[in-house]
Amino acid sequence: MSVEAVRMDQEKTKLNVRPKKFILWLFIVTSIMLIGAFTSAYIVRKAEGNWVEFELPKVFMLSTALIVLSSFTMHWAYISGKKLNFGAQKTALWITFALGLGFLGSQWTAWQQLVAQKVFFIGNPSGSFLYVISGAHAMHIIGGLVFLIACLAGVYKNIPQVKNVFRLELASIFWHFIDILWIYLYVFLLLNH
Amino acid sequence: MATQAISNPAAVHHDHAHDHGHEHHHETFLNKYVFSQDHKMIAKQFLITGIIMAVIGMVFSILFRIQLAWPDKEFPFLEVILGKWGAGGRLDPNFYLSLVTIHGTIMVFFVLTAGLSGTFSNLLIPYQIGARDMASPFMNMLSYWFFFAASVVMCSSFFIQTGPASGGWTIYPPLSALPKAMPGSGLGMTLWLASMALFIASSLMGGINYISTVLNMRTKGMSMTKMPLTIWAFFFTAILGVLAFPVLFSAVILLIFDRSFGTSFYLSDIFIGGEALPNTGGSPILFQHLFWFLGHPEVYIIIMPALGITSEIIATNSRKPIFGYRAMIISLLGITFLSFIVWGHHMFVTGMNPFLGSVFMFTTLIIAVPSAVKTFNYLATLWRGNIRFTPAMMFAVGLVSFFITGGVTGLFLGNASLDINLHDTYFVVAHFHIVMGCAAIFGMLAGVYHWYPKLFGKMMNDKLGYLHFWMTFISAYLVFFPMHFMGLDGVPRRYYEFTEFEQFKQWLPLNQFITIAAIIGALGQLLFLYNFFVNIFRGKKAPQNPWNSNTLEWTTPVEHIHGNWPGEIPTVYRWSYDYSKPGAVQDFIPQNVPFSETISSNTPEDFGYHGDETQFVHEFYQAKHLTVSDEQKAEKAN
Repeated sequence: MSVEAVRMDQEKTKLNVRPKKFILWLFIVTSIMLIGAFTSAYIVRKAEGNWVEFELPKVFMLSTALIVLSSFTMHWAYISGKKLNFGAQKTALWITFALGLGFLGSQWTAWQQLVAQKVFFIGNPSGSFLYVISGAHAMHIIGGLVFLIACLAGVYKNIPQVKNVFRLELASIFWHFIDILWIYLYVFLLLNH
Repeated sequence: MATQAISNPAAVHHDHAHDHGHEHHHETFLNKYVFSQDHKMIAKQFLITGIIMAVIGMVFSILFRIQLAWPDKEFPFLEVILGKWGAGGRLDPNFYLSLVTIHGTIMVFFVLTAGLSGTFSNLLIPYQIGARDMASPFMNMLSYWFFFAASVVMCSSFFIQTGPASGGWTIYPPLSALPKAMPGSGLGMTLWLASMALFIASSLMGGINYISTVLNMRTKGMSMTKMPLTIWAFFFTAILGVLAFPVLFSAVILLIFDRSFGTSFYLSDIFIGGEALPNTGGSPILFQHLFWFLGHPEVYIIIMPALGITSEIIATNSRKPIFGYRAMIISLLGITFLSFIVWGHHMFVTGMNPFLGSVFMFTTLIIAVPSAVKTFNYLATLWRGNIRFTPAMMFAVGLVSFFITGGVTGLFLGNASLDINLHDTYFVVAHFHIVMGCAAIFGMLAGVYHWYPKLFGKMMNDKLGYLHFWMTFISAYLVFFPMHFMGLDGVPRRYYEFTEFEQFKQWLPLNQFITIAAIIGALGQLLFLYNFFVNIFRGKKAPQNPWNSNTLEWTTPVEHIHGNWPGEIPTVYRWSYDYSKPGAVQDFIPQNVPFSETISSNTPEDFGYHGDETQFVHEFYQAKHLTVSDEQKAEKAN
């Protein structure tokens, strides 16, 4: 390789991390707009009347507890990864992953409770909105789990530490985002149902 | 290779780096022309796909214009090209509605959003800010291929039994939500939604990339306030897209649930053939809110890149700095902000609370302020400029003309009380075709003429360009200006045969006039297509900086290379509008020329000093009056 080509490659690796992290932040902005559109639609539609009221599933409390806890374990994974403590990083990532799955299971139970209450996806929009909003959030959780798998794969394959930390950083940004997103949604639903 | 980067010390190594580039990246046909991750190639892909979609959209418009002008005549060729939709030489009414719908969709989204932003953001953002490529070249490639897939799905709806979507480009429910509502509401509508979902994904990936690149990858010295206005415009456009498209996505998701799963977000109390549908509790107005929350920013997504391109072209070809550089940025920012709080002006007649209507009216009319700032700045830039009428310049000035004409009618429509009369008439059609259709396409064409040498390394034919300009400019006014009068008379838009109504019969001759003007305008585009495609292969080889322009893209070699600059990325020392600077050797000083090389033209302001000129001392500053008198002496001696 010529000197120029080497320089271009160096420039590349030097520059690539920051814009890519920024891309994740911008993706989070689009998610906020999507969820924001759903919740605004909820308010606009509710204001027009003909809105069937029902009890929110109690199991949402459990979901909230699980997702908040998982944020702590995610942070634990990030700190351990940064300190080159890969054993702890693995454990913490697996716990986060399990809590994420637990959250999805808990949401599924919530949907079953809704069905038991005769609140169906098809029917008055008050129920449909709840399914759409929690479903859209669940899609984000699945995305977050993919991030976690990437982190786990990285640490098991022993990728360079720079990359490992970068993956951890991206995963924890996204994971904390979906945690806060759920808390917002739950508070929103509590206030507006 | 004959071309060398201006004032680039590493340019001598050019051949060397280029050859290694080839070896290093193993360019095959597939990854060079098809799955390319190079921003320049992706720009060309967007442009050519956009041009093809534009031709399709234009042909559709000619077809329905023929129907409007001669509703009782039979045209056997319609049956030949359209089959059952042109049976007996008459356009099928349902197909007419499909043509109107798909014409709108293609032009708004596929040509003026993806074709315009996709082409010029991709081409110019890395070039003008001095970056090797986009933040994520891979996402950039995906963005194009999602767009391509969206185009294919949209066009494929013409080859199904029930025809394409036909509920208008705004796809209001219930027409779009009930598959049985009309032929186009069936599979055609499903394909429309699938296509738009792909399109939204493409736009978001593109927009996210543009923002990240502009904020993170500017070359040394390129502060935000040294960026050309093109980049500012693309940047704000991308922000609009990133904020607005997810909302359209949410509207589309809810619509898909209503269509396919039986939910009632938008549907309530509907009877088909006397029988009530089970849907209850939905609100079609909700869809309009969600749709126009995207839909209004969308019209600025269309016009702002065109405005940015125009700023650059007008300044370059007037050989003058752009008038009010910061005012231009602030007005773009103002438009970006205001565009999110005006969507209600599309809904004045939905039974909206009149008080809320007056709020939307107020915000809408305020948009006139930043728009007028931009217009006045264009005119002030032209004023006493040393104008060169290149084809690009003609189109840029054409944009200013359309922006004024169409903007003024926007003030009529923004008034809630007037809008009640004018809503859904040809007045609206005239307004938005002039201000966002013609103005934006003129911006796009100006961009193509101006950056063609950069895109393809060849020159376009100027004479054909002028002819293309005059045919397009005149026919566009002849087509859309008369529509204002039809609208004032109450002629409704989207009707298959409105001249059947007794009170509108008098408009038939005008309809024929408009259609003839439209056909002439369409023929004018053939000149462009010829000029564009033939010169890719046969055009005169372009010099490195054909327009004597200041921006960084003209410091790259004519032949495209991976990484844009053969050596180091140039450093930026000044803004991009140093045209005809007093005391300078040439009438332009590129952004990468340091102040140490331009001592004769430096001013105290260049070094951030705004006080008394006679007090200012700097190693690269020469008191101006001396220089001028020296020159005057020399002139007198001659």
